Amino acid sequence: MNLFKTLAVGAALAAGLAGTATAQDTTKVGFIYVGPIGDGGWTYEHNKARLAVEEHFGDAVETVYQESVPEGADAERAITQMALSGADLIFTTSFGFMDATVAVAEKFPDVKFEHATGYKTADNLAVYSARFYEGRAVQGTIAGHLTDSNIVGYIASYPIPEVIRGINSAYIHAKKVNPDVEFKIIWAYTWFDPAKEADAAKALIEQGADVILQHTDSTAPQAAAAEAGNVYTFGQASDMSEYAPMPRVSSIIDDWAPYYIERVQAVIDGTWETADTWDGIGPGMVGIGEISDAVPAEVKAEALALKDAIASGEYHPFTGPLNKQDGSAWLAEGETADDGTLLGMDFYVEGIEGEIPN
Amino acid sequence: MDLGQIDPILLLASLMVAATPILLAATGEMVVEKSGVLNLGVEGMMITGAVVGFAVAVNSGSPAAGFVAAALAGAGLALLFGLITQVLKSNQVATGLGLTLFGLGLSSLIGKPYEGIKAPSLGKLDIPLLADIPVLGPILFRHDPMVYISLLIVLGVWAGLKYTRAGLVLRAVGENHTAAHALGYKVIRVRLAAILFGGAMAGMGGAYLSLVRVPTWVEGMTAGAGWIALAIVVFASWRAGRVLLGAYLFGGVSVLQLNLQAAGAAIPVEYLSMSPYLVTILVLVVISLRGKHGAPGSLGRVFHATT
Repeated sequence: MNLFKTLAVGAALAAGLAGTATAQDTTKVGFIYVGPIGDGGWTYEHNKARLAVEEHFGDAVETVYQESVPEGADAERAITQMALSGADLIFTTSFGFMDATVAVAEKFPDVKFEHATGYKTADNLAVYSARFYEGRAVQGTIAGHLTDSNIVGYIASYPIPEVIRGINSAYIHAKKVNPDVEFKIIWAYTWFDPAKEADAAKALIEQGADVILQHTDSTAPQAAAAEAGNVYTFGQASDMSEYAPMPRVSSIIDDWAPYYIERVQAVIDGTWETADTWDGIGPGMVGIGEISDAVPAEVKAEALALKDAIASGEYHPFTGPLNKQDGSAWLAEGETADDGTLLGMDFYVEGIEGEIPN
Repeated sequence: MDLGQIDPILLLASLMVAATPILLAATGEMVVEKSGVLNLGVEGMMITGAVVGFAVAVNSGSPAAGFVAAALAGAGLALLFGLITQVLKSNQVATGLGLTLFGLGLSSLIGKPYEGIKAPSLGKLDIPLLADIPVLGPILFRHDPMVYISLLIVLGVWAGLKYTRAGLVLRAVGENHTAAHALGYKVIRVRLAAILFGGAMAGMGGAYLSLVRVPTWVEGMTAGAGWIALAIVVFASWRAGRVLLGAYLFGGVSVLQLNLQAAGAAIPVEYLSMSPYLVTILVLVVISLRGKHGAPGSLGRVFHATT
C-alpha cells in the first residue's frame, strides 16, 4: 500500500510539474459543451471551431473540452475544474452556463472567459453570440412558401430571448409571403434529447404541420420528418446536409471558427479585452446552408435576395410596422428594432398564438 | 385552444411507441433486481445497444439482426458487470455507475461513422382483420413487431416469476441469498443469468430508440431513459404489471403533453413538462400504498458463500 501511495504521489507531482512546464509556452483553451460533440448540431459546430483553432495555432495552443455538461450547479464545478487545470481562456457555450460562468470568472481573475449567447460581462468575461434571427428570416420566407397545410411546427427549447427572437423572425417572414400561415409551438425544455425531439416533431406532424422548424440541437426531428414523408425541415446550427434534399431544404449554420481564432490570438498577444460581440450573416458568423432542389427556383431566389439584403445591412428582419401579440404597437413604419429590445425579447409579435412560458 | 386537433387514435398509437424502450429496459432491470442485484448501468447498456443495433441494422439492412446484435451487446456489457460484481465481489452501485460511463464512451466511439445515416425501416405489422377494426385497429394492431414482442416479454416475465420453479428460485436468491445458498441453489449463477437477461433487454430498448423511435443514431441519444427505467422499477414495487403501467403512463403523458402544447392548451408549459414524471410517480405510489411490496431482501448486497 505504501509503495502504491508513493507512486501515486510521485505521478501526481510529475503531472503537476509537467502542467506548469507546458503552461509557459502553450496557451490552454477550454471549452464547455452542453451536449455531446456528435450531436450533429450546436455542440458539433462549436467543436468543429475548436478543431479549427487547434489547426490554426498548431503547438502554440492546447485545447481541452468537456461535453454534455448539465446547465446548473454541475456547470460551475466543470468550469472551475477547467480553470484549475490551467486554462487561459474558457468558452462556455450555452445560455444556461451564464451564472456559473460569472461565478467562476469572479474567482479566477487571471483567466479569461467567453460565454456564448449570454448578456452578463465582467473585466475577464466577454459574451458573444450570433444573430440567428437573420437566418430565421430566410427560413421563415421559405417555410411560408412551402407549406400547403399553412401550419408550421416549431420545436422550441427554453423560453429565453434568443429562442423567442427566432420564433418571431421566422413568423414575421412566413406571414409576409403567406398571410394564412399559423405557427404551432412546442417547448421541449431541453437542448438535446433526440427521443423527445422526435416525439415533438411527430406530434406536430400529426396535427397537420408540414414544415418543422427546430431550435433544439439534434438531427432527430429531421429523421422523424423523413419517416413521415412530405414534411420540410431546416438544419439547425449545423448544415445537417445528410438529410438533404428532403426533408432538409436549407439550414442555419453557426460558424464560430473565425471568432475563436481571433480571440485566442488576442490572448496570446495579451490584447484580450472583454467584449460584447453579436454578428450575423454579414460578417459570416451565421451561414445559410444550400437551399435544395425541393424548393421552387423562384422561392430560392427570393430567399437568397433576402439573405443578401440582410448581409449588406440594407434590410433588418425586425422592421416596422410591427405590433406585439397583445396588439399594442411595437415598431412604427420603417422603424427597426434596437439591440437592447432584441436581447431582452420576451414577447411574441402579433399573430402568434399561445403564451410564452415564464 | 383547440383540443379537437389532437387525434386520440394517433395519440394512443404513438404512446405505445414512446413507451417501448423504457418498458424493455425496466422489465430487464426488474428481473435483475428480483435476483438481488442492483445494476445502475442500464443507461450504458441501452446506449450501447442503440449504437450496435443501429450499426448492424445499417450494415446488414436487417433491423431484426440489429435487435439481436443489440441484445448481445447489452448482454456483453452486463456480463462485464456480472463478472466484476459477482465473481470479484465489487460494489454494485459503483460498478453500475462505471458501466454507464463506459457505455456512453464506448457508444460514441463505435457510433462516429454512423452519424447522420438513416436506419432501415422495421416496417409495420398490419395484423390482418384485427388492423381493420375501427379505432382499436390503428391503436393496437398496426405497430412494428417489437411493440408486441415487448408486451409478450412482460407477460412472460410476469408468468415466469410467479408460476415457474425457475422464477421461484430467482426470487428466493433475491430475497435471502444465504438461505437460497443453504438450500443448494447456485446464487452466483442465477444472478449472472438475470444480469445477462437485464443487459439484453436494455440493449433492445436502446435499439428500439435508434431503429424505430427516433430513428437515427445520435450520440448520447438515450438522454436519461435508462435512469427513468430504473426509477420505474422502484415505483412499480418490482412487479411486472406495474412496470408496464408505469412505462406506458410515462410514455403516454410525455406524448400527450407535447400534443397539448401543439394544440395550444391553456395549461402552463412548465406543468406539462413535468407531468410525465409527476403522474407516473403519483399513480404508482398510490397503488403501492395498499399492501406491502418492499424491495427484494438481498438487493444490492454482496454474496459471500459460507461453506
